[in-house]
Amino acid sequence: MSPTDHAAPAEAATLLTARGIRKSFGDHEVLRGIDFSVRRGDVVTLIGPSGSGKTTVLRALNGLETPDGGELAFDGGPTIDFSRPVSKGDRIAMRDRSAMVFQHHNLFPHMTVLENVVEGPIRVQRVPKAEAIAAAEALLDRVGLAEKRDQYPFQLSGGQQQRVGIVRALALKPDLLLFDEPTSALDPELVGEVLHVIKELADEGWTMVVVTHELAFARQAADEVLFMDGGVIVERGAPRDIFTNPREERTRRFLDRILRPLD
Amino acid sequence: MNENVQLLLDSVVPLAVGAVTGTIPLALASFALGLALALVVALMRLSKNRVVSGIARFYVSVIRGTPLLVQLFVIFYGMPSIGITIDPWPSAIAAFSLNVGGYAAEIIRAAILSVPKGQWEAAYTIGMSPATTLRRVILPQAARVSVPPLSNTFISLVKDTSLASLILVTEMFRVAQQIAAFSTEFMLVYLEAALLYWIICLALSGGQARLEKRLDRYVAH
Repeated sequence: MSPTDHAAPAEAATLLTARGIRKSFGDHEVLRGIDFSVRRGDVVTLIGPSGSGKTTVLRALNGLETPDGGELAFDGGPTIDFSRPVSKGDRIAMRDRSAMVFQHHNLFPHMTVLENVVEGPIRVQRVPKAEAIAAAEALLDRVGLAEKRDQYPFQLSGGQQQRVGIVRALALKPDLLLFDEPTSALDPELVGEVLHVIKELADEGWTMVVVTHELAFARQAADEVLFMDGGVIVERGAPRDIFTNPREERTRRFLDRILRPLD
Repeated sequence: MNENVQLLLDSVVPLAVGAVTGTIPLALASFALGLALALVVALMRLSKNRVVSGIARFYVSVIRGTPLLVQLFVIFYGMPSIGITIDPWPSAIAAFSLNVGGYAAEIIRAAILSVPKGQWEAAYTIGMSPATTLRRVILPQAARVSVPPLSNTFISLVKDTSLASLILVTEMFRVAQQIAAFSTEFMLVYLEAALLYWIICLALSGGQARLEKRLDRYVAH
């Protein structure tokens, strides 16, 4: 199930470029000009304190938030200039490129596990039903939930629900997977099973942007770490540089707070 | 005493016929049309367009702020003055539908708002249009929440259809009035009619309980 079209050439192509993304909620400027790019096959993690704007960045990538300015360019389209109203076509095209895994899974409670997973492929992508079901079953099997296919979300543990959330996103075969603090709402003992699945997907070559507080995950899985604070990207780099050798004072303070909370 | 029993037995068939050919179809038709109207009005109320939501708000306000009997009389006795004459049955269905539309709109609006925002977002990110999201994701969840209050509306409606007797619709209560006048046993006949309304409403409550149970299957208890 490895995303074949992601087979990375020696010099990986850029999938997504964000330039000068700005966003305000009322008087509060949450994003003050965000620039970054994501190469195919890369895992980019966004870390930073609450309110730093990292979730807003992620939500802007698939249209859940509309920035006030800046540009988002997907390789192969669309390219969206947020200084103008976003056309419906661009919005749909942008959504088609990515799929989102939410902090609170947001599974459809009135549908079974299988129905949750095939809803997008069947209703939106018009995949034939039998084909969509077979694909969904294979994906569920991968994350160890094959026998849960006919259960309702409320019958699952938090970790299982989040794994279904991941499968629902994968079933859309997006070019880009977006994770919004996928383990923050979980009990500590359930975090591992979810991170494990995400790490496997990363190893398979899926392109992903992950907003997370799990620094150990960022360290192990990320190709690039972006540290955000106050609506800007303060520092960026390979995880070993950011975590062992942060150049910026703000990064250092944040890491200290997380890694040594009692000092 | 014997005569009274005889009257009860003689009148139960015409009353039941009145229920089956008058009260029940009147309630069903009005409820179905009223619900459809209520969904439209609820969506208008939720619209970001001020004019659209204002129209819906005005409609709900008028319906809730005026007596049903007055609404019924305006349509049946009032409209002919401006050259529009409507027969008893269509008048009754129009008045009851408009009435249900106003009350149920508020129920449906509240039920739609009770579905968490994350459901809209999840549907959006899997590529659904707003209309598909509403149909596949939001309304099925809103339905669960709105069954108890909508059942109340429906049960009220069944009883309110007795008002249609005042605009010459031959439903159960009009039949009761005719029998009572003819026999002069008012207490007996009206209590019998009351009993029949009660039985219909008991059956509806039973239906409500089953529907609620069915819609609760995906919720933790």
